[in-house]
Amino acid sequence: MNDQQVATLDGNEAVARVAYQVNEVLAIYPITPSSQMGEWADEWASRGQTNLWGTVPQVVEMQSEAGAAGAVHGSLQRGALTSTFTASQGLLLMVPNMYKIAGELTSAVFHVAARSVAAQALSIFGDHSDVMATRATGWGLLASASVQEAHDFALIAHAASLNSRLPIVHFLDGFRTSHEISKIELMPQSVIRAMIDDNRVREHRARGLTPENPVLRGTAQNPDVFFQARESVNPFYDAMPDIMQSAMDQFAELTERQYQVYEYHGAPDAERVIVIMASGSEAVHETVDALNVDGEKVGVVKVRMYRPFDVERFVAAFPDTTKAIAVLDRTKEPGSSGEPLYLDTVSAIFESWKTVSMPLVVGGRYGLSSKEFTPAMIKSVFDNLQSVQPKNHFTVGIVDDVTHTSLDYDPDYSIEPDNVVRALFYGLGSDGTVGANKNSIKIIGENTPNYAQGYFVYDSKKSGSMTVSHLRFGADKIRSNYQISKANFVGVHQTIFLDKFDILRDLVDGGTFLLNSTASANTVWDTLPQRYQERILEKNIKFYVIDAYKVARDVGMRNRINTIMQTCFFAISGVLPRDEAIAEIKRAIEKTYGKKGTDVVAKNLEAVDNTLSNLHQVEIPTTVTSERQFLAPISKHAPEFVQDVLGAMVARQGDSLPVSALPADGTYPTATTQYEKRNLAQEIPVWDPDICIQCGKCAFVCPHAVIRIKSYEPSIAENAPDSFKSVPARDRAWQDLNYTIQVSPEDCTACGLCVDICPVKNKSQTNLKAINMEPQAPLREQESENWDFFMQIPELPRNLIKTSSIRQQQVQQPLFEFSGACAGCGETPYLKLLTQLFGDRTIVANATGCSSIYGGNLPTTPWAKNEDGYGPAWSNSLFEDNAEFGLGMRVALDKQIEFARELVAKLASEIGEQLADALLDANQSDEPAIYEQRERVTILKEKLQSIDTSDAKQLLSVADTLVKKSMWIVGGDGWAYDIGYGGLDHVLASGRNINVLVMDTEVYSNTGGQASKATPRAAIAKFAAGGKPSGKKDLGRMMMTYGNIYVAQVAMGGKDEQTLRAFLEAEAYDGPSLIIAYSHCIAHGIHMPTALRNQKAAVDSGQWLLYRFNPDLVTEGKNPLTLDSRAPKLPVSEFLRMENRFRMLELSKPDVAKKLFAQAQEDVDKRRATYEYLANRPMQVQGNNEEDEVES
Amino acid sequence: MKLDTSYMGLHLKSPLVASASPLMQDLDNIKRFEDAGASAVVLHSLYEEEIELERQALFNHLDYGTESYAEALSYFPEPETYYAKTDAYLEHLRNARDAVDIPVIGSLNGLSLGGWTNFARRFEEAGASAIELNIYNVPTDPYQSGYEVEQLTVDIVKSVKEAVSIPVAVKLSPYFSNMAYMARQLSEAGADALVLFNRFYQPDINLETLEHDPNILLSTSYDIRLPLRWIGILYKQVQADLAATSGIHTAEDIVKMLMVGANVTMMTSAALKFGIGIFSRVQDDLIQWMDEHEYVSVSQMRGSMSQVHSENASELERSQYMRGLKTYVLKR
Repeated sequence: MNDQQVATLDGNEAVARVAYQVNEVLAIYPITPSSQMGEWADEWASRGQTNLWGTVPQVVEMQSEAGAAGAVHGSLQRGALTSTFTASQGLLLMVPNMYKIAGELTSAVFHVAARSVAAQALSIFGDHSDVMATRATGWGLLASASVQEAHDFALIAHAASLNSRLPIVHFLDGFRTSHEISKIELMPQSVIRAMIDDNRVREHRARGLTPENPVLRGTAQNPDVFFQARESVNPFYDAMPDIMQSAMDQFAELTERQYQVYEYHGAPDAERVIVIMASGSEAVHETVDALNVDGEKVGVVKVRMYRPFDVERFVAAFPDTTKAIAVLDRTKEPGSSGEPLYLDTVSAIFESWKTVSMPLVVGGRYGLSSKEFTPAMIKSVFDNLQSVQPKNHFTVGIVDDVTHTSLDYDPDYSIEPDNVVRALFYGLGSDGTVGANKNSIKIIGENTPNYAQGYFVYDSKKSGSMTVSHLRFGADKIRSNYQISKANFVGVHQTIFLDKFDILRDLVDGGTFLLNSTASANTVWDTLPQRYQERILEKNIKFYVIDAYKVARDVGMRNRINTIMQTCFFAISGVLPRDEAIAEIKRAIEKTYGKKGTDVVAKNLEAVDNTLSNLHQVEIPTTVTSERQFLAPISKHAPEFVQDVLGAMVARQGDSLPVSALPADGTYPTATTQYEKRNLAQEIPVWDPDICIQCGKCAFVCPHAVIRIKSYEPSIAENAPDSFKSVPARDRAWQDLNYTIQVSPEDCTACGLCVDICPVKNKSQTNLKAINMEPQAPLREQESENWDFFMQIPELPRNLIKTSSIRQQQVQQPLFEFSGACAGCGETPYLKLLTQLFGDRTIVANATGCSSIYGGNLPTTPWAKNEDGYGPAWSNSLFEDNAEFGLGMRVALDKQIEFARELVAKLASEIGEQLADALLDANQSDEPAIYEQRERVTILKEKLQSIDTSDAKQLLSVADTLVKKSMWIVGGDGWAYDIGYGGLDHVLASGRNINVLVMDTEVYSNTGGQASKATPRAAIAKFAAGGKPSGKKDLGRMMMTYGNIYVAQVAMGGKDEQTLRAFLEAEAYDGPSLIIAYSHCIAHGIHMPTALRNQKAAVDSGQWLLYRFNPDLVTEGKNPLTLDSRAPKLPVSEFLRMENRFRMLELSKPDVAKKLFAQAQEDVDKRRATYEYLANRPMQVQGNNEEDEVES
Repeated sequence: MKLDTSYMGLHLKSPLVASASPLMQDLDNIKRFEDAGASAVVLHSLYEEEIELERQALFNHLDYGTESYAEALSYFPEPETYYAKTDAYLEHLRNARDAVDIPVIGSLNGLSLGGWTNFARRFEEAGASAIELNIYNVPTDPYQSGYEVEQLTVDIVKSVKEAVSIPVAVKLSPYFSNMAYMARQLSEAGADALVLFNRFYQPDINLETLEHDPNILLSTSYDIRLPLRWIGILYKQVQADLAATSGIHTAEDIVKMLMVGANVTMMTSAALKFGIGIFSRVQDDLIQWMDEHEYVSVSQMRGSMSQVHSENASELERSQYMRGLKTYVLKR
């Protein structure tokens, strides 16, 4: 490998580097795991980087993948070289355009990080269900198996597409290849230059639409000619395999890397052969080699070009000796006679096998949603082919105890070679472990002849999550693209994992274990759980310990232990000579942190020097001394399903759950986060009842619902634990009641918002408030006991709570609790408020995004239930259709209500006229009235049980709809402003009684901070790397123009009472409502514990306007618009400078920042003036035409 | 009427220098100062510590939450370059030098010895006519002796002088055990001028919010008293030139400062309060005053009321407290 041309990078970057070079237009939209390809393109364009022809490609972000496909289609029609990057649902949204683009014989390449398509659940992980859904579109399908292939095939795809006029989907496996960091050989630009024929480029351009040579494309054809015209493209498909192979051959001449469209590897006289595409073929390749060394005769046919499927070449690839073939598909096609690659193989073999005895062909599924695919599984596939009756339509990698499709395999079978260093690192998301490991890979990959590979596994929660880094280093090319199960080095960077996971299980005999612990080498042994001591003794493990936090603190790096742990790894793993390694780390520090300032560099260098003297090998005692067992992953009080199934997932044992354990239709119980005590907080808030004014703000803003308030009979406190705090309620309405603010110590994330918002200061010590952070450990047991006691205190009857004031309203029970959102999340307080107010009768349609992840990502679910078992019912359809999805629910509900009312009227005599009338006439405008209706429905249902008629049975099934329901459609700005906007507009215009909550973070938060149309001017975001030049879309004002939609814009940190009021008014409004809620976010680059100050500054500067537009006011002759924001007190720049999303622009492009900051102020001034104008107009009620009145 | 003066070897057309203030961040203001008659400008200070802290905060915030969740491994694009504030400052310095004909003096507040010298060198490269070291530390460590504090200041001046060949002024606080000794030390360490004095930020308390209130009080003419005394004492006692700052608002203030021995007088608060045009008004007043009092040049009056040249020189040494207080009581 030529050192000049190597790089360690991931699959996405490897592809993007090529795609950027060979395109003029890139239409992009974020979707995991492909987003980074678009991000790279946008970044390079914003830096003015040029393509092969010396010009900067146009990179345009669209509102959806459907939009991106349309833009691509248009750009191609104009003759520009055009690409996009996508995955999963995104690719599905492109399908209609894909038929057109192929039908018009247009050269184009889509680069796809292949990912599961949502079925019973969404999954962001990799398989081929998305690309397989495009196999009928007429596009070529080209699969790359590794980061190197992704880099190479990206170019081959573009060349072949230009040469053939057929569009190509080039796909790499999502995460496994798109996110694997690997050392690869980069292709010099001369190779790209040689592969892309400018004559073909000009021909492509010449086919573009131009008035100078006008043509018409995209006609409507009729039965007379459509069929024939469809067949007219056949020659192009016939020619494609040769063109593709020629491109691969030409590439081989240029790079010495030879690929075949169908490539056989294995014994020349193999009897058993696996057929497979993409990354799985690397592991099969490696396993084939190992098995053949053991004397077996096996091989693999790697399918690179899946469409067009070249039967001749495919069959020719097999050895004549082949007796049995297993075709592995990374997708599932329920109800089919087999998965796609299997069916193609069967028909190819059947049509064209070369000898008289046709081999046996079986098919199986593997690796769905990035399920591991290991040599052990591969061996079992080969073993199956050897059995008397090989299982067909099998699965491998799971236990299917329902339809018994799965193959057994020996999980201990391993072919990991001895000359590869395999290291596992367990870190917390925030501690820099992953970053340090990426750095280590670079150091080894780019400074030594060794190959290096890194793969990173993240948690399902956004806060306090564990990351596992899998690193391999070795002299030979690494094909082992599965997680490490036989590590020779394990680094545990946080002791909290010790009590939860049996990490040393994966360490080989004689391996090395490095622990970051505050315990010394002499005392650390006794801090280990029993299992760890046993493993260390059994496996003769070398054990090292360091107090990395101490080293970090001593040099002033606070909690950043990344450099220290990296130094330890290099010092004891032997992967490089120690001195050389230390020198390389230091060089890397200068490179990585140089632009972060001399101080940061100096601290890191000092940390490296201090590390070695603090790293100690532990002398291992001869006996096990610990009796400590692992913590239960789930509370013992949890229901059986939660313990057995969700508990296994929490314990990272989900892979071992059999098919029968899982609900077949994707339905899960709610209220399960309460059983998963995550214990993330080092500090928790502690209430000081003596100075508390009982305003309720701390509970209001708590994003995790861990601060709860109850007001209750004083006698209840008599049985309380000693440390339980209970004081008389200050609210006059509750003068005979006691009052408690209680914190759940094991659910708190220590975000600190509560302390920051507390308005009270201790008069004797002004740095203390009525709620203060204190270390969790000493309080954990006591406060857990208090929490348990608190939770069993009865809820205050809802009719005693004045919901219009926060101080009272906050005693309402939240039915959204302990979510996996980021610590200090700006969205979740709104959801929690929604559930406090209406949760027991709410249905939620949730757009895909952050809220669907922290709200619906397994294992446990924050949407909860009250003591009666009532609570929000929740579902997620897609990203783009959430408004329609919610409307569907509303329409269904309306129909069911109507039907129920008809039946009540019809059955009045049987159920009692009085009850029937009461049910039909019920005014459910407030909590007590709804409560009464619930009582009536209970009576109704009892009566219906004894009426044996069809109508009665029908009514029984819809009777609950007679209790008023609250329909909420919730999602983020990416959904509401961009991809779902068309639907949102339509649904709001429907006039139906739905409530829409847009949690506006002003960026696509869930996919890592890409700009949306909600992103304000001057913000730097991904896809707006140069600062967003355009202003934020005013969604609220657009919707006000309908006149009959309730619209409110709120910010809980700006004016909490206004937020509460808007929620109450929106829900009460008998029609469509829209609340746009300012949600601070880590993607703003802010100090999260004080994020509510940013909200306040956004409001005080006029950047975020607070208002309510209530169409009901029109009937009272009032102006419907109330401007709740006072005149701005701050210049906008003052707010902008509080947030790094804006500050970064000043730091990177000061001139642009100056201009855009000034324009941002103009935006604010104009918007304020417009709203003031609208809000101050007197209403002139004339007639009953509301829309006219609103306009006036 | 000859208004010209010499300051650290720079020949200035008048003793009216515009000193460091936020106004200097805008190139147009610098031009306005020149138009209004300022004979030199001192740019706003580059605070190394602030830049470091800001930079650290920036990177901490940009890193926060990254590499934690598979869909969002980062939240921001990586800019190719961070336009460090230092780069922006040097660019501004360069632009200012190109935009005006009067000397442009850079003002620096370092964090470490290395920081002081490094930036001083970069100021010189960027074309600064001189450097003003804004030694702005409030020693609060009860274990650090006065000697250590003084030595640190002297070391900074020595290192910077070794690093650059342009003149170096030192702006310092009056809070030394023996101001005169300190001034001599600094002068001997190579300081070309002493700028007297730095006014420290003294936060107030907001009784409603119970928070420290960082509002900055602008100086008034009363504030000239402290530098007035010390310039009078130091004139001819130290080698370094003397610049008066703090409280200068009127031509009379300037005359007083010149009379005690200042080479130049610096105005900030007046410009912040009344606008940059105050410079031309004060200059007119100065000419008028000199005319009325029959002075022909600035050099003629310079040092005339200093301790060494004044008949009642001991007045500057005595506290004057009793007399002052009596006068005050009588007035009431």
